[in-house]
Amino acid sequence: MPKPANHDPSEWVDRYGDYLFRYAMIRLRDRSTAEDLVQETFLAGIKDRKSFSGNSSESTWLVGILKHKIADHFRHQARKAPLEESDLREQPDSSPFDGSGHWMNGPTDWGGNPADLYREKKFLDQLTKCLSGLSPNHANAFTLREIEGADTGEICKVLNVTETNLWVILHRARMLLRRCLEANWFEKSVKKGS
Amino acid sequence: MLSCKDVTLLISESMDTSLPVGQRIGMRLHLLMCKFCSRYERQLLLIRETVRRIVATEEKPGEPPGETLSEEAKERIRKSLRNP
Repeated sequence: MPKPANHDPSEWVDRYGDYLFRYAMIRLRDRSTAEDLVQETFLAGIKDRKSFSGNSSESTWLVGILKHKIADHFRHQARKAPLEESDLREQPDSSPFDGSGHWMNGPTDWGGNPADLYREKKFLDQLTKCLSGLSPNHANAFTLREIEGADTGEICKVLNVTETNLWVILHRARMLLRRCLEANWFEKSVKKGS
Repeated sequence: MLSCKDVTLLISESMDTSLPVGQRIGMRLHLLMCKFCSRYERQLLLIRETVRRIVATEEKPGEPPGETLSEEAKERIRKSLRNP
């Protein structure tokens, strides 16, 4: 087996810093938290260099450490702000449904060519803004599920919630996020286009 | 009969787990008849797909970085690595 590429930690910041930072930012949406966790990742990497088996690249190994740091951060946030009744209940004034459960204001037609959305740089900014508007429990559940691709059993452990509650949290998060994107992205770009 | 409110919850659940067959059939029948709920489902799936593609693009090493570490942050981290 060829010896894996193994760089001196003094080169790590220039080699992997931006990459790890971007990885952290899309999940945490906060510069200073992201910077801290990148720093902690490098420090943990130095301490634990023996665990680098060389079966993966050095950057993959560091991302694995960062992943754990991010999950720890979510765990910590969930302990600090445990699930509240209001995370699970629909706010009566913001419900899109009437008393019998029918849409009062149904989703609008998003038009255009939404399949290419991911190419639009500004869409990520809007998505980030909308996620930041959710409660930490909603935003972190969505992040773990849709960005991290974690399965729901794992997410329940990190957020310390039951599976039934997680379904509701994810449902609320998706509903609020969809509405935020509709109001701040799609309705604006439809108007722009016409 | 399932209401639109019930169906939106089932749509979300169906994105995370497989629904019991009765619920799945109830949801699908509702979606066949309800323009708003079927639009809702399409939009949630579009958001999922778009997020996945953005993440895949952002995380490709060597991709021109959007967000980067500030020089101050880099210097601070370099320093901390020299004296861990």
